[in-house]
Amino acid sequence: MQFLTPMPVFAAAGGPAAASGVREVVLHLAPVDYVILGLYFLFVIAIGWVLRKYLKTSTDFFESGRSLPAWVCALGFIGANLGAQEVIGMAASGAKYGIATSHFYWVGAIPAMVFVGVFMMPFYYGSKARSVPEYLKLRFDEKTRIFNALSFAVMTVFSSGISMHALALLLNSILHVDYNLCILVSSLIVLIYIVTGGLTSAIYNEVLQFFLIVLGLLPLVLLGLKDIGGWSGLMHQLQGYSAAQGMPGAWSHSWAYMGSEKSNPMGIEWFGLVMGLGFVLSFGYWCTDFLVVQRAMAAKDMSAARRTPILAAIPKMMFPALVILPGMLAVALLQRGGHGGFSLPPAADGTPNYNMVVPAMLAQYFPNGMLGVGLTALMASFMSGMAGNVTAFNTVWTYDLYQGHLNKTATDAHLVTVGRITTVVGLLISVACAYAARQYNNIMDMLQLVFGFVNAPLFAIFLLGMFWRRATGHGAFFGLLLGTLSAMIFHGLTIPVGETAWIKGGWIAPHWVFHSSMAQNFWMAIFAFVGCFAATVIISLATAPNKTDDQLRGLVYSLTEKIRDHGTPWYGRPAVLGVVVLAGAVALNIIFW
Amino acid sequence: MHLDVRIPMGLLFLLVGLILVVYGFTSDPAIYAQHSLGENINLTWGGIFVVFGAAMLLLSRLRRS
Repeated sequence: MQFLTPMPVFAAAGGPAAASGVREVVLHLAPVDYVILGLYFLFVIAIGWVLRKYLKTSTDFFESGRSLPAWVCALGFIGANLGAQEVIGMAASGAKYGIATSHFYWVGAIPAMVFVGVFMMPFYYGSKARSVPEYLKLRFDEKTRIFNALSFAVMTVFSSGISMHALALLLNSILHVDYNLCILVSSLIVLIYIVTGGLTSAIYNEVLQFFLIVLGLLPLVLLGLKDIGGWSGLMHQLQGYSAAQGMPGAWSHSWAYMGSEKSNPMGIEWFGLVMGLGFVLSFGYWCTDFLVVQRAMAAKDMSAARRTPILAAIPKMMFPALVILPGMLAVALLQRGGHGGFSLPPAADGTPNYNMVVPAMLAQYFPNGMLGVGLTALMASFMSGMAGNVTAFNTVWTYDLYQGHLNKTATDAHLVTVGRITTVVGLLISVACAYAARQYNNIMDMLQLVFGFVNAPLFAIFLLGMFWRRATGHGAFFGLLLGTLSAMIFHGLTIPVGETAWIKGGWIAPHWVFHSSMAQNFWMAIFAFVGCFAATVIISLATAPNKTDDQLRGLVYSLTEKIRDHGTPWYGRPAVLGVVVLAGAVALNIIFW
Repeated sequence: MHLDVRIPMGLLFLLVGLILVVYGFTSDPAIYAQHSLGENINLTWGGIFVVFGAAMLLLSRLRRS
């Protein structure tokens, strides 16, 4: 979830630790580990190679021929998202915020995933659109599409560059592998399997990566739990830790301390959390980001496409146990302290470097053999993040920008070639981004900020576009611009406590102070959404509709025939499945209240 | 029809599982005392990987027939 947890760029990994003589995290690999890692790379490339012969048309290359079963798409959907941002970032958040980090899942993901499956997929999959920007063209107009396609394309290559950079930095730190070599190898492997097998290859590898990450990290969590004395042992240590941090109980409850931003380490109160994260940001990401939507659009039929995000929500619901728990375990193990046990290298400011939780736990609990599996899982998570971005990028570039503007009469075979070349170019730009990130940390913060402005209001125009037939092209485009502008102004007027005015906010005048930059971010999203929503409604009413009802059929709720699925069993019906999944999410929220 | 994703997946997990099991039998037990709380984790998780990989292969066979 690139927009929610700013990517931990491991700037401080190794540096100060080495200087102060504190233990660095270094993995000592044996031949068996290299064999396992090599075997994985071999399979990744082989999958692309075998799929190459099924690839004939541009639909095969960019949309997997719309032929995949729901479960494959669902695991691809979740696998593309299970990048390193999630594995490394959520463990770090688990350490910093405790169980409350699960809000990113049970509030910030599950409801939106059910919503996109039940309500929005009929329009994405049912329309002739091949990408999310193309839907915007059909529903609104060309300028809205271009705005979305361009910002999305830039964001994806940038994200994949960040993934690459983070991977190289991490491997350089824990394995002492050369940075340049890491960049070269990781980009080459992703390049090979996407150029040969297209989206199908990316999705198949995401399925593989999903199982590798789950089965590779699960034993880590189990060993950590066993070490700390089970769940009760973990809770006991977290009680002590929370009290020591001046927020007793906060690390072992998800909701109990959300009443005030002062009583929990996230520095946010429940309303900002539910509206900002749970509604605006989460729906904006899961319902409009082509990276994930593309996976569902590859499904073989409408029912499979609608079930994709809902089925994906089931493992997603369980992920806190896999990615957040390691962070909580790390804190608990540090709190317990004692006999030569678990330790983390310090970050630049002297506090434990929580970005190193997963590598440090691998070094601690995995002997050679499983260590190779754990490292492979980590690599898999970086590669799935990169490949997801690259496939979304090549599709948007080829369909929306190249075919849409540069060469409207391109033949199908020509488009496949363009897609392949775009993959190469996209990866080259990603590599450039990786090196830029290495040189100038500020540029990355800056870009992330700009994407934040652009993304925050996005969901408003999709919501209005799909459920209000009167929304017009001008309304959507200028609504989006004004929404982005309100995000910028909000940012310029607010600042997180203890920060200096500039990139963190307050560059107009630091008028309102937030308890954390997360709270500032959530509230910025709420403002941007409201601004965009209001502006789109007003401008739409002031302008003439630019599409006839006939053109909007299949794109807007009130003009689209309802899908009937009464004949199918309950588990094949998206709405029923969605209710079951939501009930599960509610239950989890209550259990860990 | 496409390649069934369960075939490469099953093969990879089966192979990695077998490697882990063999390594679990032949490696120095001291590494388990040092790392995985005395448990021979290569043997147990290698076994789980083998079962998972075999199940994937079996499923893809069943679907085809």
